[in-house]
Amino acid sequence: MAAKSIISRPVYGTLSPQAGKHHLFVADAEGALAIIGMAKNAPAGFFDGAEIVFIPGPDGKHVGSLEALKPAQFHLAPSFASLLPRLKQTLTNAHMGLRLYLSGTEGLIGQAMQVALEAGIDHTSMQTEHRGSLARRMQCVHCKGITENVTTQPATCAHCGLLLLVRDHYSRRLAAFQGVCINAEDRSEIPPMEEIFR
Amino acid sequence: MSTGTTKLDVVVSDVVPVNDLVTRFHFRRRDRELLPTFSGGAHVVVEMRDGERTRLNPYSLMGSPLDTREYTISVRRDDVGRGGSLFMHRSVKPGLEMVISYPVNLFSLDLRARKHLMLAGGIGITPFMAQTSQLAGSGGNFELHYTSRTASLGTYADLLQQRYDRRVRLYHDDLDERIELDRLLSSQPLGTHLYVCGPAGMINWVRDRAAALGWPAETVHFEHFAAPQPGAPFDVTLAVTGKTIRVGSQQSLLEAIEAAGVDPPYLCRGGVCGQCETNVVSHDGKFIHNDHWLSEEDHRSACKIMPCVSRFEGKSLVLER
Repeated sequence: MAAKSIISRPVYGTLSPQAGKHHLFVADAEGALAIIGMAKNAPAGFFDGAEIVFIPGPDGKHVGSLEALKPAQFHLAPSFASLLPRLKQTLTNAHMGLRLYLSGTEGLIGQAMQVALEAGIDHTSMQTEHRGSLARRMQCVHCKGITENVTTQPATCAHCGLLLLVRDHYSRRLAAFQGVCINAEDRSEIPPMEEIFR
Repeated sequence: MSTGTTKLDVVVSDVVPVNDLVTRFHFRRRDRELLPTFSGGAHVVVEMRDGERTRLNPYSLMGSPLDTREYTISVRRDDVGRGGSLFMHRSVKPGLEMVISYPVNLFSLDLRARKHLMLAGGIGITPFMAQTSQLAGSGGNFELHYTSRTASLGTYADLLQQRYDRRVRLYHDDLDERIELDRLLSSQPLGTHLYVCGPAGMINWVRDRAAALGWPAETVHFEHFAAPQPGAPFDVTLAVTGKTIRVGSQQSLLEAIEAAGVDPPYLCRGGVCGQCETNVVSHDGKFIHNDHWLSEEDHRSACKIMPCVSRFEGKSLVLER
């Protein structure tokens, strides 16, 4: 569970059924468990107006349990990049009354939220629940390159190779945490690297 | 000096009857300078000096925010109200020097919206006059649905249709024309924000349907200035200043507190902004809450009152003022 630190660090809630005409779920890996947990509190017929887009984890679990909820539409995607065109299309054609539910890793929640913000949904109007890995999407503030699945502090930029302090400072626009050079004064100073975002 | 109530010395530059019930008033600064900038949805509090009595009523600015040479308000005559609108209609003539507050906006557009859907009822059209001017000036996407009792009481309906053509849709109660609200709300593109201003019943109806149809609360904006209602006189003890005052039947509690020389903060004087929220020290009687600010929980627990619009009936009331 992500702890609150500075104001820009996202805090996630628990999915709960909202009033609405259509319900769009985007989830990865253990994010499926958040949907299954929420389904227990959902009114009868809730999933008749629901679409679930799911990226299974490496273990391929939870597909059957999600299908058993009998959503009106169910789509499996191998990666976020592969579901992006579909998500954009759905949001472009959507009307007010569509509610968005995001669950799973921070990277998935952040990137889906980024697309939804561009479609005009306020971030406070989305339901989110963090499940699974705490690995971070990080933007190097120096070269602007994005490094996915950062688990260590500090972390090496996959683009320019600088050693970066992974900050809690988060950008919803970029869906990434900021990484700032940790040894700009003296590059020979190499602090120990710890695996802390598991 | 109360919070945010810096004053402007103005002169009435024009008075224009619009229809049987509504008159428009134009104000310019006495020093001929430009007035402060404002955004669509803002209101000013107009001080009405009527003999011994001073009334302070909020009115939405209805002119274009792009033109600050003058401010304009439209006042609907209320023959059974506390007399503010009657004073405006009968006693305010061109050339009269008046004092108004700086503009305050409690009903502003959310400019992140992809589209603005506006619902007006009756004199609730006034903030939309300014908002549509603001949006039209910047190519904003809006649609206005305007309900009035009859065509002749559809204040500015002709002007709005002339300006914005099919972006304005009119409904007349006497012809039994009704907004198909559910259909309207369900056919709006994602990213639309909803704005409603009109009678309390209309606002409640629209808010309820929007919530039921899945509009997030942050996308639904409303404004309803509750006029202070007359009622039986009552006595109040102000614990901090040690004064005991009587609230007259035609006076609001806030006005009575001010008349006693105590100067609580205020902005809207219509139960909306929350500035004059006052703690109740003790009471023996019944509150008549008329505000849109306090929660139902606050109303039930009788721990707070909004003196601008709410009253009290009973033996004793002690406030933290």
